[in-house]
Amino acid sequence: MTAFTDAQLRDFVYEEARMLDEQRYEQWLALFAEDGYYWMPLTHGQADPLMEGSLMYEDRLLLRVRIERLAGQRTYSQQPLSRCHHLLQRPTVETAHPWHDPSQDQYAVRAAFHYVETRMEQQTLYAGWATFELKVIDGALRIARKRVDLLNCDAGLRSIQLFM
Amino acid sequence: MSYRNNPAAVAALVRPTEVHKDLFIDEELYGLEMEHLFANTWVYVGHDSQVPNVGDFYTTTVGDQPVVMVRHTDKSVRVLHNRCPHKGVQVAPASCGNTGKFFRCPYHAWTFRTDGQLLSIPLKKGYDPEVLKQCEASQGMAAVENVRNYRGFVFCRLNPEGQSFEDFFGESLSTLDNMVDRSPEGRLEVAGAPLRYLHDCNWKMLVDNQTDTCHPMVAHESSAGTAVKVWEGAPEGTPKPMAVEQFAPFISPYEFFEGMGIRVWKNGHGHTGVSNSIHAAYSTVPGYMEAMEAAYGKERAQEILGEVRHNTTYFPNIMVKGPIQTLRIFKPLAANCTMVESWAFRLAGAPDKLLERTLMYNRLINAPTSVVGHDDHEVYERSQHGLHSRGRQWVNVARLYEADEAERENEVVNGTSEWQMRNQYQAWARYMTASMKEQA
Repeated sequence: MTAFTDAQLRDFVYEEARMLDEQRYEQWLALFAEDGYYWMPLTHGQADPLMEGSLMYEDRLLLRVRIERLAGQRTYSQQPLSRCHHLLQRPTVETAHPWHDPSQDQYAVRAAFHYVETRMEQQTLYAGWATFELKVIDGALRIARKRVDLLNCDAGLRSIQLFM
Repeated sequence: MSYRNNPAAVAALVRPTEVHKDLFIDEELYGLEMEHLFANTWVYVGHDSQVPNVGDFYTTTVGDQPVVMVRHTDKSVRVLHNRCPHKGVQVAPASCGNTGKFFRCPYHAWTFRTDGQLLSIPLKKGYDPEVLKQCEASQGMAAVENVRNYRGFVFCRLNPEGQSFEDFFGESLSTLDNMVDRSPEGRLEVAGAPLRYLHDCNWKMLVDNQTDTCHPMVAHESSAGTAVKVWEGAPEGTPKPMAVEQFAPFISPYEFFEGMGIRVWKNGHGHTGVSNSIHAAYSTVPGYMEAMEAAYGKERAQEILGEVRHNTTYFPNIMVKGPIQTLRIFKPLAANCTMVESWAFRLAGAPDKLLERTLMYNRLINAPTSVVGHDDHEVYERSQHGLHSRGRQWVNVARLYEADEAERENEVVNGTSEWQMRNQYQAWARYMTASMKEQA
């Protein structure tokens, strides 16, 4: 067991968002555990990522496809590239979350966010909550699951090309 | 020049091998589509599993018309114009719910039976019965007369006069049949909310794209091609993930698409993937074939699952994938804006793995977060802008054109033919002008 302080957990969440804003995708992907998932539900309060429709439910292979695609020569929708900006509320350690169990090297952290994605003339603001289910692997925090609950997950949305 | 009351000018926009750019960018034509095309055709409203119980309702649009689909007290599915005859309020709220035995307008509490009939008005003594009888409002919410529930799929034709459901769809109903037959119980259920993806382009670009087999290897090289490349880097012996199985066929070579064939029915309907398709090589799901054989017998079960139809376009604005159980609606919002709804279905009596596969396909390919969708959206948007160029006037659909094809129907041709697109645009011109009066 490796104990992480609340401050360390918060810093992890801040750093994760910063990697995305700075498009350090390889580093970002390395934050995920081998069996880690990125989940963006389609409905408010959704319980099941697989047997109900989701906007995204992606393992490392699919996340890698996204990352490599962004830099592809024939990725027309990324010429020019999109940029993004995360504004986080101070993350909270979710001690009541079923995943949270420091004795088992598991932590749950949540941050409310405003996320802006922009490309050429179009800039879109999204709001939501990111919930991180973290576990300790070789002494470091890794993402078992990042859940992104979009405030307007059930609205008609335009292309969202980067990661919230 | 105005297109209104000018059927000759509208018809002239569709030539045998090209269509005029105005179909995609002209605001007046868009308005005429809402008035004529979406009224003369049988338009998909929803699935009856969305309204299983008496009083269940679901609000949507047919073209630009707000409607509500409701399970009436006699258990039949009705479609009403969602508009209070009193002050115009949309009586049923957005989305879905149960209204009980009647609708109640939130403004002045006028109530209506679920077939639209006016039930009550508060403080009715304020109306002279004879005066009220003369008013349109006394007729309640307007019901759509021509509604057809075909094996769970509810369609309506807004114009009281016009082609019958059977004449309109003809043999194309075989795709809906096949999708339903894939359930061992012969029944489908909508699997939750649809993915909703806003597109900054004309709705017909999406319809055109459904049977465009010369774009996947180009527009989707970036997504499907990358998926294959990443997968090839996986350690040997790793089982092929379902996602790779779904992505990989998108970058099949031209020969694959040429060979799979396109079947062209009448009235704008048709499908890709006759003898082969991108859905043909999915792994078998344990227990499914057994359930199908128990339900239908071996021979019939094999026949049902032997259909590999790729995209079936039902003119004007839906696409159905039988083998993967999805239905997409291209809802027009403006000449340059379309809401794409992608619905997934559960096959009653089939293993859960099939629904998992359907939902994965839907989010990988059809979500606003889809890497496949992003590149499609990019080309649609660039077309929407590009078509404003005065450098060229026409959009080309001449691939594998045959001079006598307009007289033929229910045929299978080379899978890269644009005959199905031509079929759609011919149907467009016909249903646009069918109810259009010549200027006096």
